[in-house]
Amino acid sequence: MAQKGYVEIAIEVCKGCNLCVIHCPTECLALNTSDTNSYGLHYSTLAKPEDCIGCANCAVMCPDAAITVYREKKEKRPNPRKGGNSG
Amino acid sequence: MKEGYELIYKRPGTLTDRRMSYCPGCFHSTIHKFMMEIVEEMDIQDKTVGVCPVGCSVFAYHYLDIDMQEAAHGRAAAVATGIKRVLPDRIVFSYQGDGDLAAIGTAETLHACNRGENFTFIFINNGIYGMTGGQMAPTTLDGQITSTCPYGRDVDTAGMPLKMAEIISTFEKVAYVERVSCNTPANARKAKRAIKKAFEYQMEGLGTTFIEVASNCPSNWKLTPEESLKWLEEKVFPYYPLDVFRDVKKLKKEE
Ligand SMILES: Cc1ncc(C[n+]2csc(CCOP(=O)(O)OP(=O)(O)O)c2C)c(N)n1
Ligand code: SF4
Ligand code: SF4
Ligand code: SF4
Ligand SMILES: [Mg+2]
Repeated sequence: MAQKGYVEIAIEVCKGCNLCVIHCPTECLALNTSDTNSYGLHYSTLAKPEDCIGCANCAVMCPDAAITVYREKKEKRPNPRKGGNSG
Repeated sequence: MKEGYELIYKRPGTLTDRRMSYCPGCFHSTIHKFMMEIVEEMDIQDKTVGVCPVGCSVFAYHYLDIDMQEAAHGRAAAVATGIKRVLPDRIVFSYQGDGDLAAIGTAETLHACNRGENFTFIFINNGIYGMTGGQMAPTTLDGQITSTCPYGRDVDTAGMPLKMAEIISTFEKVAYVERVSCNTPANARKAKRAIKKAFEYQMEGLGTTFIEVASNCPSNWKLTPEESLKWLEEKVFPYYPLDVFRDVKKLKKEE
């Protein structure tokens, strides 16, 4: 299945606080514990890219605005709730 | 960007590229980020003026790419009053910690609110003096251990932790008071909405707007960022509930 979303994390901006990791609903983020940035901090990575849904919870929680979020473009289908009298 | 995808979120251009000096997981950074997202969304970068406190956020002007003025410890409300009165078309805010706003600056804070000065307070209440090494603040919880109350705050001698949002909501010229936090994505989104609302009320000239952030200080609480969220939920929110304490628009409707 195609990925619904993906994130890019600025490694040098990340402080490894883990707040994005614990608030990701699909648990697709993880701190990289085998590497550090130049500040000596473990940084967050998209460990399970196939599970990202592009919800941006991680970016909302990230204190340091290190995360960029993308989501799959949806084909614009007419909204059945709009324009009709289906109430 | 990969083909077939659209951008949902990126760091606001109104935050400078400078690495914020705050500790990992500190809400000072989160609130800086939200404020600059709002400034970008409302397109008010050249009309917004912030006043920095003394405290961990003393260097906020390095990160917020807007006009900023540093104030002496506790005097941000007086400085913001002057700026807003001279430049009434600007969106003015003071950004202050609990030591700054509710200890050394209590007089300036209360009188500015009592006068209904038309600017926004962003009050970062982390229950401690973060910058100076974790001393007891007026907002430190009953029994909470800090470097100056190693056996826990004794309310018999130190008094009860000050509830600034509740106190300020009693002033008639105050337009909006809300306490928010950033412990979950839902609460963090609410915090951003509250700040935006405060700016909008200010632009309508409704009076003082006051946003208290039930904030964290992982370093001086001696907790991990994750544990600091638990502390907020278990210890802080029962005493400092998240709520709207005053909203003149709602009050007008009820009349
Ligand atoms: C006149 C004066 N008195 C005391 C200090 C020392 N001082 C610096 S910051 C601070 C308190 C900071 O606490 P808070 O306002 O809660 O900010 P935080 O660092 O927690 O965000 C104090 C007492 C000072 N700089 N100037
Ligand atoms: S966008 Fe949502 S699903 Fe994707 S990493 Fe962030 S929190 Fe997880
Ligand atoms: S929330 Fe931000 S700073 Fe913290 S670990 Fe995630 S990306 Fe890094
Ligand atoms: S000392 Fe506390 S308030 Fe200051 S930056 Fe660190 S965590 Fe934040
Ligand atoms: Mg403080």
